[in-house]
Amino acid sequence: MTAPATTPAAPTVHPGGQQSGPFPGHPAAAARFIADVDRAHWHDQALWFVRVKRDRAAAQLPAWERLRDLAQAIKAHALSDLARYLEEFERNATAHGAVVHWARDAEEHNRIVHQLLAERGVTRVVKSKSMLTEECGLNPYLEARGLEVVDTDLGERIVQFRHEPPSHIVLPAIHIKKEEIGELFHDKLGTAAGASDPKYLTEAARGHLREKFLGAQAGLTGVNFAVADTGAVVVCTNEGNADMGTALPPLHIACMGLEKLVPRSEDLGVFLRLLARSATGQPVTTYATHFLGPKPGGELHIVLVDNGRSALSGRDPFRRALSCIRCGACMNTCPVFRRTGGYSYGTTVPGPIGSVLGPTQGPGAHATLPFASTLCGSCADVCPVRIDLHHQLLAWRKELVLGGFAPVGKTLALRLTAWVFASPWRFALAGRLARLALRLLPRGLMATLSGAWGKQRDLPPPPPESFRDLYRRTHGRP
Amino acid sequence: MPTVALFVPCYVDQLYPQVAVATLRLLERHGCRVVFPPDQTCCGQPMANAGQAADAAPLAIRFLDTFAGYDHVVAPSGSCVAMVKHQYPGLAPDHPKLEEVRSRTFELCEYLHDVLGVRRVEGRFPHVVGLHRSCHGQRELRLASGSERQVPPFDKVKTLLSSLTGIQLVEPARTDECCGFGGTFAATEEAVSCLMGRDRLDEHAKAGAEVITGVDMSCLMHLDGLARREGRPVRIRHVAEVLLGEAT
Repeated sequence: MTAPATTPAAPTVHPGGQQSGPFPGHPAAAARFIADVDRAHWHDQALWFVRVKRDRAAAQLPAWERLRDLAQAIKAHALSDLARYLEEFERNATAHGAVVHWARDAEEHNRIVHQLLAERGVTRVVKSKSMLTEECGLNPYLEARGLEVVDTDLGERIVQFRHEPPSHIVLPAIHIKKEEIGELFHDKLGTAAGASDPKYLTEAARGHLREKFLGAQAGLTGVNFAVADTGAVVVCTNEGNADMGTALPPLHIACMGLEKLVPRSEDLGVFLRLLARSATGQPVTTYATHFLGPKPGGELHIVLVDNGRSALSGRDPFRRALSCIRCGACMNTCPVFRRTGGYSYGTTVPGPIGSVLGPTQGPGAHATLPFASTLCGSCADVCPVRIDLHHQLLAWRKELVLGGFAPVGKTLALRLTAWVFASPWRFALAGRLARLALRLLPRGLMATLSGAWGKQRDLPPPPPESFRDLYRRTHGRP
Repeated sequence: MPTVALFVPCYVDQLYPQVAVATLRLLERHGCRVVFPPDQTCCGQPMANAGQAADAAPLAIRFLDTFAGYDHVVAPSGSCVAMVKHQYPGLAPDHPKLEEVRSRTFELCEYLHDVLGVRRVEGRFPHVVGLHRSCHGQRELRLASGSERQVPPFDKVKTLLSSLTGIQLVEPARTDECCGFGGTFAATEEAVSCLMGRDRLDEHAKAGAEVITGVDMSCLMHLDGLARREGRPVRIRHVAEVLLGEAT
């Protein structure tokens, strides 16, 4: 792996933020984040705090595991018959006066959204709650065409001010300390210098955003759930900003991935109970707004985006990743994510689920992600829809090796090891030589020879004989 | 008296023979006839977890050939046993002994607790001990209920350990947090791996552990390597060594 000190031309990094320049792969990006060990620990603790809240909230529901089973089953069913449910959804949404658009990929999604805005002479859009538009790169697309796009989730507004993408799908600014937000708001919003009181800063942001809401001609939102049997889309927020952003302007555009569909209204209860508890430890999000058709005199447009999703739905075992309800619990529990931050993944969705989804968008660019895990399995055990995340990471590793995307040196070293293991005498001999080397060579040299292991760790003192030798000596051959 | 085939993970065989000895003696003390089939090498986990299924498959086949026909197969390692149970169907799906061997392979504490029905281990271990719950034992073999899941609490390893005379078990914060070993992860993601390990050592130290134990020597080797480099006073012992007790 590349040590930070030897990396040529280290890209510039915001404190705790994202680096500019090409993505160097998870190990190098992670090492850079960890170089500031206090920040890594602070980040770890901040997310662990959320994980603990999640545990408490989950423990309050006696039926938690049963709910997870139900959620998994509903999602599996919906995905198995997605085309039919999408058509049912379109029929019902249209009957209520919404206009449904279909986008094959990110480019088509952006084009549709831009056209809707341009035709109506919109110059300012307020946006809420959409990782999909991040995935599609909508902000830069619209900004390049002269529109002002204002992210209205507080965390997203903060990262937007810093010209960064979100570092977490639920807590987009979790990597930024409140003192840094104080400085940023002093600079952007004229708050008092040195102020870092969250309440004061939130008030300032609220005033600022209120102006933006009042001056917007269109509101753009993501979608948490779309309901086939009613044609409604449901948006969950804690700040009420999706409601603010859609209540005032005449145009509401809701952008959703195809996989957000649930068959029936009754299913929502299962997911709404799981979502907020898994995400933040709340019993339910403060606002869960159902949009069923446009408001009187307004327009509701729903853009259904594929962007690789239907291809994924045909691929075992990765199709299960389409069940994801984007709660972020896998990130909060992941010991690697907690210590390395979202930007170490180089994807819109980071963490365990991002490491499964990332390679589907292009295995070469994301080849390090499925290896950025100890396979500890905590992600799978917190997942409210029971996605077997660590097994999917393992499945990806196989695909990446077959596709030639794994590091050649490592692959060959393991192939050689497997050859040694294939015969008991080769294994015994290699073990004897290794123990001899451990005994005879000076500690400093061993540290060098053992490479990545020896940088911060010692090898164990070698025993005089292996167990197999000892056993043969004491028991003879059986 | 069941005949137990001892499955000694490759690195335990070469670097920690005392762990295999302790396992063997512990099983014998609980009434098993124990044999060590000498044709065994490695279960193939390093290759399989790196995605190199083609390199792991011959080792899976060797394992199944070697361990077929015994009443039980027992290993002092949660992750190697999880490998046999969960990954072999994908690596050697047509092997005639696959189901037989899989269903009869156990991690040591799992075997004592579930198969032999042991709840009390005779022995003395008068030390303050922190239990490191290794992830594969924890979440693949379900040796304990786990902090994520909402199920009635249980912990098979802790049950056995706490029955020893004089032992004082302490709980680190974040009871089942990963130590950061993760096989080749320890090398390819060296920075994260070592930070996780040091955090784990800190959490055990804060709880007052003089000895850290666990069911996987690989996790313990990682923790021990970090502790040795920094000259930390903590001692690392495999659960088999602890369960064997001192001065017995």
